[in-house]
Amino acid sequence: MITVAEMWRSTIGKKTIVAVTGVVLVAYLVLHMAGNLNSLFGPGGAEPRIDWYAHWLRTFGEPLVPYEGIIWAVRAVLLGAIAVHIVGVVQLNARNRAARPSAFPAKRIGRSWESRLMMVSGTLLLAFIVFHILQFTTLTIDATPLKAGALYSNLYYAFQEWYFVAIYLVALAFLGTHLRHALWSLCQTLGLDSPERNFGIRMGANALTLVIVIGFALVPVLFFTGVLGEPSANELSATITTFGGSF
Amino acid sequence: MNFKLVIWRQHGPDDQGEFETHEVTGIDPESSFLEMLDQLNASLGREKKQTIAFDSDCREGICGSCSLVIDGTPQGPHQVTSCQTYMRDFIDGATIKVEPYRANAMPVIRDLVTDRSALDRVIQAGGYISTTTGPQPDPNSMPIAPAVQEEAMDAAICIGCGACVAACPNGSAMLFTGAKVTHLNLLPQGQPERADRAFNMVSQMDEEGFGGCTNFGECSRVCPQEISLDVIGMLNREYRKGVAAQKPKHRAKMTAQ
Amino acid sequence: MITLDARIPEGPVEKKWQNWLDQHGLVGPRNRAGKNVIVIGTGLAGSSAAASLAAQGFKVKSFCYQDSPRRAHSIAAQGGINAAKDYANEGDSVRRLFADTIKGGDFRSREANVWRLAQLSENIIDQAVAQGVPFNREYGGSLATRSFGGVLVQRTFYSRGQTGQQLLLGAYSALQHQVAAGNAQVFNRHEMLDVVLVDGVARGVIVRNLVTGEIERHAGDAVVLASGGYTNVYYLSTNAMGSNVTATWRAHKHGALMANPCFTQIHPTCIPQSGEYQSKLTLMSESLRNDGRVWVPRSPNEDRLPGDIPEVERLYFLEERYPAYGNLAPRDIASRAAKTVCDDGLGVGGTGRGVYLDFRDAIAEHGRDAIETKYGNLFDMYRKITGDNPYETPMMIYPAPHYAMGGLWVDYELQTTIPGLFAIGEANFSDHGANRLGASALMQTLADGYFVAPHTVTNYMTKSGDPVGTDDSAFDTAQDRVESHIASLVDVGGSTVAQDFHREMGHVMLDKCGMSRTAEGLTEALAEVRRIKADFWSDLRVDPGVEELNQSLEYANRVSDFLELAELMCHDALRREESCGGHFREEHQTADGEALRDDDHFAKVTAWEYRGDEGDPVPHDEELTYEEVKLATRSYK
Repeated sequence: MITVAEMWRSTIGKKTIVAVTGVVLVAYLVLHMAGNLNSLFGPGGAEPRIDWYAHWLRTFGEPLVPYEGIIWAVRAVLLGAIAVHIVGVVQLNARNRAARPSAFPAKRIGRSWESRLMMVSGTLLLAFIVFHILQFTTLTIDATPLKAGALYSNLYYAFQEWYFVAIYLVALAFLGTHLRHALWSLCQTLGLDSPERNFGIRMGANALTLVIVIGFALVPVLFFTGVLGEPSANELSATITTFGGSF
Repeated sequence: MNFKLVIWRQHGPDDQGEFETHEVTGIDPESSFLEMLDQLNASLGREKKQTIAFDSDCREGICGSCSLVIDGTPQGPHQVTSCQTYMRDFIDGATIKVEPYRANAMPVIRDLVTDRSALDRVIQAGGYISTTTGPQPDPNSMPIAPAVQEEAMDAAICIGCGACVAACPNGSAMLFTGAKVTHLNLLPQGQPERADRAFNMVSQMDEEGFGGCTNFGECSRVCPQEISLDVIGMLNREYRKGVAAQKPKHRAKMTAQ
Repeated sequence: MITLDARIPEGPVEKKWQNWLDQHGLVGPRNRAGKNVIVIGTGLAGSSAAASLAAQGFKVKSFCYQDSPRRAHSIAAQGGINAAKDYANEGDSVRRLFADTIKGGDFRSREANVWRLAQLSENIIDQAVAQGVPFNREYGGSLATRSFGGVLVQRTFYSRGQTGQQLLLGAYSALQHQVAAGNAQVFNRHEMLDVVLVDGVARGVIVRNLVTGEIERHAGDAVVLASGGYTNVYYLSTNAMGSNVTATWRAHKHGALMANPCFTQIHPTCIPQSGEYQSKLTLMSESLRNDGRVWVPRSPNEDRLPGDIPEVERLYFLEERYPAYGNLAPRDIASRAAKTVCDDGLGVGGTGRGVYLDFRDAIAEHGRDAIETKYGNLFDMYRKITGDNPYETPMMIYPAPHYAMGGLWVDYELQTTIPGLFAIGEANFSDHGANRLGASALMQTLADGYFVAPHTVTNYMTKSGDPVGTDDSAFDTAQDRVESHIASLVDVGGSTVAQDFHREMGHVMLDKCGMSRTAEGLTEALAEVRRIKADFWSDLRVDPGVEELNQSLEYANRVSDFLELAELMCHDALRREESCGGHFREEHQTADGEALRDDDHFAKVTAWEYRGDEGDPVPHDEELTYEEVKLATRSYK
């Protein structure tokens, strides 16, 4: 604990903590993206595969842990990671601004535009996360028909609207820019990069970014283009009463 | 060759400062950038005007005194020191902007002269091997593989000019500090103080008000010694180990159950 | 009447230093913190001395005009540092290094000092490695060595082509360690302008804070000058822009004798001058001569590209004239040979003042990779400066002023003729005689700084008497002198900047008191320097503010001292009616154009006393006796 507190005090240590929380968030993104791909199995017969998956997530670990136990644990970790990530970045950013006279910004010599956009893309992603939770978790943004537990149909109706598709795709574009720099950057911050590995790490970062972005983008695009068909009546009649839609 | 120079003038550390425009004519293309400034100063002197202050000493790219920002790029456009930047590399008639380093940890003293003593203080925090003059072991009793020596040397060649700080949008001194930590921590002589060195130097770096690293890599792109970004990776690693090694002054006693 | 007593200890030469060490006075550990030492300059000598004295527990104040002690010009030394370690198993020894240095110096250096230097050479390498200096290594991890001009063994240790940088950073880091420990204080951007004497003993210095312009007083029990050499008297040299003679010259004006000021070294392998406004010359390490072959076309008016000139039409003048040493002939000889062929109209390059240094054969023999490993950074540097690629076309080189063998006269303890005032490194005259061998400067500066001065200064401290405070009237007088000198520079109110006078003086000195000299030329030079000095004091332009950063004032102040030194150099060169080392008097040469020494009359050091307006400087002689080596004509044939 002393070590972590000490690290939080220094620029390098804080940055390391930001990187580690970033790793947590990326790991979650991969799982979330993989889970989402369940919707590609389509409306199915009795229950769409994505609905079954959501149910499985809730009951996962029972009876060892209570119903939705794992989900809430993961949510807590995520919330913590995001909070630390953001507070760390905001503090570092304030420090960095204070280190240079504001009237003389450094000329861009070779830095990538992704790296320059990190604060912007990060802020937009935060806004998107709030929006995303309000839409599919709390079901607050109900411009399209939303029903607890009926993930497939919720997705289907939402992504019939071009503006929702646009919001998600724009958010994914920012996620891509954020990740492309972040994935390499965290390796550098954690001291994993070296001249020998550099090419591999940078290409790996590009590849993982592409996989995550395309994986996520498939869902709204395939719904909007009609590849994924209308939900069946069965799904809409099924009732799941607990709070929360998709995870 | 002729040039229009837009040069930063600032009387003292607390003054506002502003750009001033000067024309220079009849410049030999083989002149270095600083020799061109010498000529400008000579003509300013002849006109009884205040000459422009700028640092330089060895003028062969090794002392690290020169510290101009030429057209926005610290040390100049070719990743060599200002003193090894030649006018033949500029277009005749060009307008060239000349500024001092801009970083709050390295304040302007006058015109193009900045105070880089913060970098010395970072070294004082641990950029050395704590030995004193006296009998030392025979060097061959501590063999060092040429590959390790080369890697240490790649970092040790830092000239301490501070271009990395000036190029960094965050005014960070990570490349400078990383180079010294890499040099000493790779060598067997540097091992006993390895952890404390990284920890103390980073603490001092923060204390001086340098910003943090955002992995833009601008520092390495302007470094006249072409020091690679991996010294920052090394610094990150070494710092982490350094923090972990910070122990309470008195270790607690163990007792049996 | 001044008598020059070198105070060389008794005993056989190999025991002298140990005998001295065994008997010198010591200051107890608890008393050391009460003793203050002032060190001027932070090059290899200054940093190492300051760090070593501070580590012993003395309170050290270290001053440099640069913005950081790490920038002192020792940093630019490239090639390497000699040590008689014989790692290469060639039969090298202290005696051989000693003999090579004496012979290289053309028998004009003091035997006892040079022997001590050779002895200490080994410790320097050990010390530097312990500090983390990354010397090049062999595959097994042991230290690598290479050969250098003027010797037949490989005793030169190196860190790529940046040995001076690495050694200086080692000494600098040792000094920073002592700063952190609270034993040393470094004053950046402070220039020493006067030494303060009380009853003829050095008690402190007057310095100018170059940022605020404030004149400061610092008292010390001893003052160590490590302010480097004065080759900038030639204007174009390999020295740094700020390298100056001010500290030593001001000491000289107070009674420290200046020895052999005409002994300056013109380094053979520099990049030729390209234009009139060039401010400095860049040296290419002499180590290049290990593999590069020096030549010019045999016929004047050659207009073919070097690669098109066939072997038989090339004049490898060093190999032809000096078959034993060939391209590795010592610096003075190689420089003069290059000058001679250029005087004969065989020079190459735009100005005709250049010779080729060709790596074609070495690349063919060893492969490009091997050459790149050895000299890669030097080749890159050459390409950066000239735009030519030395892997494909020969380099062009020409001699340039590089090093001052002369300097303040010091005794065996490195003390000047002013008690309490020491001079170490290039600032003194001691070890290199009339010519310095390559890779010996780093050795001498560090021997002085790490291993000699810390002991001899300690010894002096035991008898330095009570310290004097900065409120002493001697400080008032010195400060007044400094302030009035500064005011007089500003008050000239002319319209020519110091650089113009400096350039003019440099041309005169290089032409007439440079690689070859004549009585006639030197007499003319004296008159011309005096005229330039008069012009300087009637038409100098300096920015008016003295209580602020004022670089034009700093520069003018330095040039004012160079102008006085230049006269002294001409006097010295005139008086030394012989040719030796870097001092070549055309009147004194052999039938085939080699230097002709006159050991009967000039086997001695000439140390000059300053007389100021009272008249010409007065020479004093220290006879040199040779017991360990036989005076012989230096031959590299």
